[in-house]
Amino acid sequence: MVLTGAEILVRCLQEEKVNYVFGYPGGAVLFLYDALFQQDDIRHVLVRHEQAAVHAADGYARSSGQVGVALVTSGPGATNAVTGIATAYYDSVPLVVISGQVATAFIGQDAFQEVDTVGVTRPCVKHNFLVRDVNELAITLKKAFYLARTGRPGPVVVDIPKDVSNMACEFAYPKEISMRSYNPVMRGHQGQIKKAAQLLLSARRPMIYAGGGVILSNAADELTRFARLLNAPLTTTLMGLGGYPASDRQYLGMPGMHGTYEANMALHHSDVLLSIGTRFDDRVIGNVDHFAAEPRKIIHVDIDPASISKRVKVDIPIVGNVRDVLEQLLRQIEGGTQPDPAKTADWWADIEKWRAKKCLEYKLSETLIKPQFVIQKLWEITRGEAIVASDVGQHQMWAAQYYRFEKPRRWLNSGGLGTMGVGLPYAMGAQLANPKATVACITGEGSIQMNIQELSTCRQFRLPLKICLLNNRYLGMVRQWQQMFHGQRYSGSYMDSLPDFVKLAESYGHIGIRVEKPGDVEGALREAFTTHKNELVFLDFQIDRSENVYPMIPGGKGLTEMVLPVDEDLG
Amino acid sequence: MRHVISLLIENESGALSRVSGLFSARGYNIESLTVAPTEDESMSRMTLVTSGSNEIIEQITKQLNKLVDVIKIIDLSEAPNIERELLLVKVRATGAAREEMKRMSDIFRARIIDVTDTSYVIELTGNDRKLDAFIAAIDPALLVETVRSGTCGIGRGERVLKL
Repeated sequence: MVLTGAEILVRCLQEEKVNYVFGYPGGAVLFLYDALFQQDDIRHVLVRHEQAAVHAADGYARSSGQVGVALVTSGPGATNAVTGIATAYYDSVPLVVISGQVATAFIGQDAFQEVDTVGVTRPCVKHNFLVRDVNELAITLKKAFYLARTGRPGPVVVDIPKDVSNMACEFAYPKEISMRSYNPVMRGHQGQIKKAAQLLLSARRPMIYAGGGVILSNAADELTRFARLLNAPLTTTLMGLGGYPASDRQYLGMPGMHGTYEANMALHHSDVLLSIGTRFDDRVIGNVDHFAAEPRKIIHVDIDPASISKRVKVDIPIVGNVRDVLEQLLRQIEGGTQPDPAKTADWWADIEKWRAKKCLEYKLSETLIKPQFVIQKLWEITRGEAIVASDVGQHQMWAAQYYRFEKPRRWLNSGGLGTMGVGLPYAMGAQLANPKATVACITGEGSIQMNIQELSTCRQFRLPLKICLLNNRYLGMVRQWQQMFHGQRYSGSYMDSLPDFVKLAESYGHIGIRVEKPGDVEGALREAFTTHKNELVFLDFQIDRSENVYPMIPGGKGLTEMVLPVDEDLG
Repeated sequence: MRHVISLLIENESGALSRVSGLFSARGYNIESLTVAPTEDESMSRMTLVTSGSNEIIEQITKQLNKLVDVIKIIDLSEAPNIERELLLVKVRATGAAREEMKRMSDIFRARIIDVTDTSYVIELTGNDRKLDAFIAAIDPALLVETVRSGTCGIGRGERVLKL
């Protein structure tokens, strides 16, 4: 069958079972948009800024496990998309981003809306392609989806010149694809699995440290079974929240800069550490020398060999897909000697002592709304079952600490790149991927204004999101650091001339509610989630301006050098 | 420590910039880099000379392997290997210097491949230390221009980098 490049793109997307394309039209993608118009299988979601198109596709991918697809035009369309692409790259989210390019004859001529998209995006994609020949289009798209979803997932950019989208050729979508230069390892080396199992069974102070790889490889059930079999305490990183039920006895909360006391202490004092689908990020282990000074054996499971022994030297590296490796480990231990609970009794006693510090306790106020309280109430009212899309800043940390996730793919946030402005588009993508789910966006007045224009998209597509703005009229995380480390000089961190968010929401056709008293928090949330279940509600919580995120490991300090809310140094 | 890394990479536009971009983005050293298609034109072979601690070299090879276009990679320095680099040098060759430069190239087993009334172009291959020594041996006043290819290398004996 002879088809044009634009028709081929649409057919390829259909073959890949793509339901939604998040995009914004422009000159270089006119043929592509024309082909999209003439079919009904794929729905196009018109965003209001290309950055949000990529974030929305990213939110769709994170919440569903499917590859997210965004479509942008050449030049500024592509450069606007870069932040979204980099955000997805840092958190290993599978995306295919299609960008228009000027016609092949114009490439390199400084044509109108020309930018070297392949060059600009190279450092923040898993791979990218410029399609110079329509005969290469179908195979390139096949490769793009294959690369995006396999191995360590990531965004793949396919740049399509305008003339290529209008040229015709015979179309056949390849069923299979193999690339000689790309063969991700899925199963762990059996010898290493055996060694790891032996080491874990010999441990007196075992600890499991799990990250985003657990979510990406859909391994939450395997992780839970394995942790229970081992009776080991477990922590999940910011990217791994929901990978293990937060209500479980063995769960110690999140580790790291704003992690719990018990998680950080256990991470530091363990004698055998199983790190799985995580990468010893600087926000997790703090000062790397301080961490390395304590002797412990480390087993590191990751699908990306480059993540292993990058920052921390490990004893047993296992390259493989988290889920496959966990299945192997389960088989290994289930078939052999069973773990001895008596061995870890002292360790659990230590952990309970640390847990008894209740590091996440905070003082309620009669007059000021505490942000932690808002999150706890949100958790109660949504029964912990909402998909929570967060922005970046203090509210993100409070959400991670106080919304206790029981299941994977319910917590969406920009962990690696820390991109303010992701929250609303993430929530949009998640709501479209999960039409029946309750989707909340937890945000700050800084972050929400970075993609506020998407309130318009939400109106057009009738997305009943619940936006919980924790409004302290500060760029709170910046202010917190300035308060602690820069002599309280609040340089550029205050927010004057904020809009009236209630009126703003209303002007976009949504419902706005301002909440100023602690006593009104629960009622407002109930109203939003029940009375206005099917509408977008923008809740503007005027919170305590001076509230800080604790516990905190100051920059450059080690895991045991946390500062707790009472400013008590537990070092 | 200095390492010579060889890799096979898909012969596609942009492949070179993926490699060089990786080095600049991650702050790795790059002393020299040579690249040319192999007998199978769909692939290029690249030789990189870099330096760093064992941990850094491990990261470099892992990060290179991670590039989708990279097919295979080998750290030649891990085992006996042969390195060669080509040097072309233009020298002044008048009066007494004419005979002196001829003699010098004989000592280094170099070849004079272009001759004019006033100059020679001398070709020399060897490892980088030999090339350095040759340049150091020439009177700077006679040295007009030099160009070096960068190192390429191959493993000794049975050690091969091939698909």
